[in-house]
Order: sequence, then structure tokens, then C-alpha cells
Amino acid sequence: MKNRYLLTGGILSTLVTSVIVTGYFWTPYSTTAMNAREKMQPPSLSHWFGTDNFGRDVFSRVMQGAGCSFLIAVLVVLIGCFAGVVIGSLCGYFGGTADLILMRICDTITAFPAILLALVIISIAGSSVSNIVLALGILFIPSFARVVRTQYAGIRDLNYIKAARLEGVSVPRILYAHILPNTLPVLVPAMTIGFNNAVLAEASMSFLGIGIQPPMASLGSMLKDSQNYLTSAPWYALGAGFSIVLLILSFSLLSEGIQVSRNE
Amino acid sequence: MRKRIAVLLTSLALSCALGAGPGATAVMAEETKNASSGNAELVVGLSQDLDNSLDPYQITAAGTREVLFNVFEGLVKPDTDGNFVDAVASEHSVSDDGITYTFTLRDGVKFHNGETVSADDVLYSFETCAATTTNTAVAGALSDIQDVTSSGNEITITLKEKNSSFLSTVSSVSIVPADYADQATAPVGTGPFRFESYSPQDKVVFVRNDDYYAGAPALSKVTCRIFEDANALYTSLDAGALDMALHMSLDQVNSLSNGYDVIEGEMNLVQALYLNNGKAPFDDERVRQALCYAIDIDSILELTEDGHGAKLGSSVYPSFTKYFDESLVGAYPYDPAKAAELLDEAGASGLSFTIKVPSNYTPHVDTASVIVEMLSAAGINASIQKVEWSTWLNDVYQGRDFEATVIGFDAAYLSADALLQRWVSTDSSNMINYSNKDYDAAIEKAQHATDDEEQVAAYKEAEKILSDTAANVYIQDLADFVVLNPKFTGYEFYPLYASDFSKIRPV
Repeated sequence: MKNRYLLTGGILSTLVTSVIVTGYFWTPYSTTAMNAREKMQPPSLSHWFGTDNFGRDVFSRVMQGAGCSFLIAVLVVLIGCFAGVVIGSLCGYFGGTADLILMRICDTITAFPAILLALVIISIAGSSVSNIVLALGILFIPSFARVVRTQYAGIRDLNYIKAARLEGVSVPRILYAHILPNTLPVLVPAMTIGFNNAVLAEASMSFLGIGIQPPMASLGSMLKDSQNYLTSAPWYALGAGFSIVLLILSFSLLSEGIQVSRNE
Repeated sequence: MRKRIAVLLTSLALSCALGAGPGATAVMAEETKNASSGNAELVVGLSQDLDNSLDPYQITAAGTREVLFNVFEGLVKPDTDGNFVDAVASEHSVSDDGITYTFTLRDGVKFHNGETVSADDVLYSFETCAATTTNTAVAGALSDIQDVTSSGNEITITLKEKNSSFLSTVSSVSIVPADYADQATAPVGTGPFRFESYSPQDKVVFVRNDDYYAGAPALSKVTCRIFEDANALYTSLDAGALDMALHMSLDQVNSLSNGYDVIEGEMNLVQALYLNNGKAPFDDERVRQALCYAIDIDSILELTEDGHGAKLGSSVYPSFTKYFDESLVGAYPYDPAKAAELLDEAGASGLSFTIKVPSNYTPHVDTASVIVEMLSAAGINASIQKVEWSTWLNDVYQGRDFEATVIGFDAAYLSADALLQRWVSTDSSNMINYSNKDYDAAIEKAQHATDDEEQVAAYKEAEKILSDTAANVYIQDLADFVVLNPKFTGYEFYPLYASDFSKIRPV
């Protein structure tokens, strides 16, 4: 195996995904039940990541939290990608004034830090999983739209598209059957980057207290809570922090691996 | 590729930034401490900076008030039990109708600038305080003064109407020298310590007032070092660079390794699950009582604070010994069966509600988390909504748009009135929409009582009504820890936000 990225990324992401999927159905301990006698236990065979300040198993909560982040990130990327492809393809293919206006709107959205805008949306609309998904999804549209638009603007003048047009192929078919598959080498890495950003954005929002609400576990809010116990229970912060790193690292390596193998 | 690395770095930074704090603080080696008697210096760590202005009437932060307690005094000042003892005045008396207060100035009390306190200074202080104070409770009480007059050493204050907690207002009016313009930067008072210097974000230094009328304090100098980061403060304390730190968390106290003494007190807060009595289903007394039975306070204390903290029972905290009614503490023992029964009776089984909690106050969020878990075991579906502090103030405190919330109320002035008046049905800060005629009558009676005993009895009656009608689910007064170098002793807690350095002495 020459492609180490693909190998490690593949193994890590399979591992991470299988733990997350398991977490949807089963966790070693309850994620909410509190137990005063089990408070702040260091990592052991029965509690792999130790226990938190309420005696809850950190590993179980990490499973649930990562599952939550994963689900949100996937949905955010789907929303952002779908809307981004629609907007980007139309703008890139047709150009003109509408393109100009839409792209300037995208620029404006990008000019604000994503977290800040998400904060505003959540504080107006209230905090719930669906609102987080919607807010982040909308904020992720511009980055996809821009990537897709550039691709379409480049491809629309190529000979095979001209030929298709002359043959009278319908516009939707040209857009999504002829051009779209050729944007995938750019779109797929954009999706993995988007996924990673979405995981981080959700964690940051929960860290700030406006994301996932307790008692539901979230990697971000676990990091926030563990801050107070850094000196006496470092495993609490490490468990949550390590999981965020692993989640992002595995999918980054995977996308890097796909890129490398494509170039070969 | 570069973008992906950036993503990775951000994720690492998010998880590691939390660990980076403490190491940054160097040990303050120049702070040579001399514990020999008569020349003992104390180094205190403060976890927040002082207000921009040190003018006693302009203080807004409790942390500033807490340390300047050592510099300023009123005609009377509070003691550790919540009584008022004479300070700048040597005696005080109240007329039988409770309208006229007479104070006799103590002989030879000197300001820190060397001048002797005169009756004119007192008149000036009352005038200036009434005109400029940022404390609305004090400003309100001062606006009800008919007039303040002096003859020789006697100061007479006449009120427009009786105010049973007026002494607490008097204690809030710090006596300052007339026409001294630099209070904001170089405060001058009559307290046991003299202000020496303040450098923002660094330190504030107090030195002993050798002319103090009650005898000069044992410490010759108190240096308060300011730490914006709690971890940095903790590291300095553990390394021995500080002699004392206030308001430490249980976790910090538990992991302290330098053998310092830990003194446990309370924060003087009434932490409760406050219920909106004006909103269904909490307008039904039985539902509120059911919640009281369904919540195990001991468990909450055990889970959130290893069993520290003091149980309440009503809207007065225990260190307020004069007004605290201990018999109310166990009024609602943990009894989920009874809770279910009461809910059934009220037709509210399967109850579900939202607890709004300010996200910046970890102890309240923690308590709310435990409550939610506890209630789910009792078949009640509560959920948490964390909100920004400003949103909480807007929606919950002012807008009264909430079902339940966990928060702690403190006393704006040292009287049970400060804690109980707010639940009178017409009070503008009656956030929970509590409405009970007997309660209103009891508070009215307390406010117009002619002697102390009658007043205390009336306040206790009011506390009992709050408990009987289960106005809120009273939880605890949070534990507060002071860490002190064993070379020193004498720290005492006050029922208000104050750190009295004058009581601390070398062993």
C-alpha cells in the first residue's frame, strides 16, 4: 500500500463511524444517570475515559456526543451542498447580473465569522437541534456555491458541452448529468472540509452554551464543563478533546487519501 | 491542503487552549512576607479586577465592594451575625415611632488623610451618596429622608415614613471627607485599612490604619493581586505565592497540595428552582409541592458539591442567623410516591416543562442538570434551555416569560426585607408572580413592627408561608471556600459580600 493517507484514513474513519453508529443504539452506561459514588473516577477498565463530575461515564457520553456532532455535520453538509450546487451551477452556467448579485450576497455572508452569524440566528430562533442544523446549513451554502460556480464557469465553454447544446440537450440535463459529475473531484474534498468545519462549528456552539442543551451530551459542552476540573480530572477534558480531534482527523485523512489516489 | 491543516489546528487549539492557562504566571518572588507580629503582610489573590472608580458610591461590582469594606465605614457597620454595630458613630438610637434616628459621633475618628471626622463630613456624605450612588436600593431608601441635621456631635435623621431596615441604609453610606475630589482614584475613608495604591489588572495595596478607633489591625499591609484567569490564581496559590484566596471552587480546594487551611462558609445566596406561580401548571399549589417532594436536595448537594453547601427551606439563607428558620429545612422530604400522588390529584401527571438557566453560571446549570435527571426518574419531563445572562435578565427576570429557572438571589442590603420583599404580590421584581394575601400581610407587619422581636417573628411567619405554599423549590446556599496560609488565622464570613482583613492575624 503506497497510499498511507487512504489506509490510515480508511481505518480510522471506519472505526470512528462504527463506534458512533453503535452509540445510536447502545452505550456501555446510561448517558444521563448520575451517581454520586462514581464521581470523577480516573480511566479504568470499566470506565475507559473515566467519569465526570456527576459520575456519568465519559466514554458513553463521548459516544452520544460524537453521534450528535456526526449527524448534525452530515445534515449541514447535505443542506449546504445541495443548495450550493443549485446556486453555483445556475450562476456558473448562465452568469450575468443574477450571478453577480448572488455571488456578492455569498461574499457578504462569508465576510462574517460563521459562528457569530450562527449565534445570532440561534439566539433569535431558539436553540434546538433542527435550528442548529438549519443555521449552519445556510451558512455553509456560500463555500459550496463558490466552488461549484467556478467549476461550471470553466466547463460550460468546453467543446463537449457546446456539442450537447447544439444537439438540443435540455439545460437541466446539461447542468446535472453532463457537468456535475466532472465537478466531483473538487466537490468531494469540499464536502469533507465542510464536514470537519461543521463538526467544529457545532462543538464551538455547544462550548459557548448555545448548541446542544444538557442533559444531552455534546463534545463541545463536555469540553466546557471539563474546564473546571482540569487539575483534578484531566481525563474528562482529554476524552472529549481527543474525540473531536479523532473525528476530524479521520475524515481529513480519508479525503486526502482519495485525492492522492485520484492523482495517481 | 492548507485549509485542511487550518481545520486540524483549530480543532487541536479548541481542545488544548483549556490546558494552556496556568503555566504563564511566574512566582512573585519579590513579595517577601514577614510574618513577625506587628509587621505581618498578607498577599491575597483576587479573581476579578476592581471597578474603574473606587469611589464608594460608584462601586458596582460586588468584588470591589468586598475589598473596599476594609477602607470605608458608615455611621454603623454590619457584624458577622447580621446585626449593626456602631462604627463612626459611638451610639445610635431610634425614636419610638421609628421616624427619627439619632447618632452620636465617636470622638476623634480620623480619616486616612489625617483629618478628624466632623458632623459636616457626615452631612456631606449623606448628601453626596443620595445624589450620586449607583446602588438603587440605597438611593431609594435615602430619597425617603425628610432631613439630616447636626448639632455639635449629634446627627439626627428624620424619615418621611417608618423604614424598619433603615440602619442597613445607614451602613451603606460610607463616611467620606467633605469636598475631597479624588475618591475615584485615591479613596479615603475611616476603615481599619488605608488605601495605598492600585494598578489595574495588577494589584491593589492597603496598609494598616494606625489611628483606627478600635485598635490597629494585626496586619501591616495587605496586597491584593489581580488574576483574570482562575487557573493562574490557583497555580500561584498552590505554589505559595499567595497567602489567601477567596471564593475558591470545591475542585480547586480538593486538589490543593500545599497544606493551606480551607475555611468553609456560604455564598449568601438563595439558590432555588424558581417556579412561575402565575403560569399553568405551577399556579396549582399541589404541582409545586409535588416538585418539592420529587427533588432530593441531599442528592443535589452530594452530586454538585460533595455534600457541601447549606440547605434552605425558604427565601432566607442560613448565615443570616437572625432571620433563618431552621425548622423549614426538612419541610419537604424526598418522597417520589407522594409527588406522583399530588400530581395525579392536580391532574398534571406526565408534567413537562422547561428550565431556563443562565449559561454563564456553572453552579446553576449543574443544579438544573441534576434536577432534570431526578425528575425524569419521577416521570416528570423537564428540559434545560441555557440562555445568555442578558437574555435571562430580559426574558425571565423582567419579562417573567418562563416556566422554571435555577438562580441564586442575594440580599441587596442587610435585612430580611431584601430577600422577602420581592415576593409581595405588587412588587415590581416579583419574578415568580407569587401572590398570597397572608404573605403580603406578614411582610407589611414586619415593615411596620415597632420592636425587633416582633419584626423577626413576622419575617419568619412570611418564610413559613413561602414554604407551606411551596412558592419555589428551595435548594441550597452554595458553599464558598476561602483558602488561607496556616501562618494566619481569624478569617470570618459575613452574611453579606465582605472580606474583613482586620480580623486576620498571624498565628
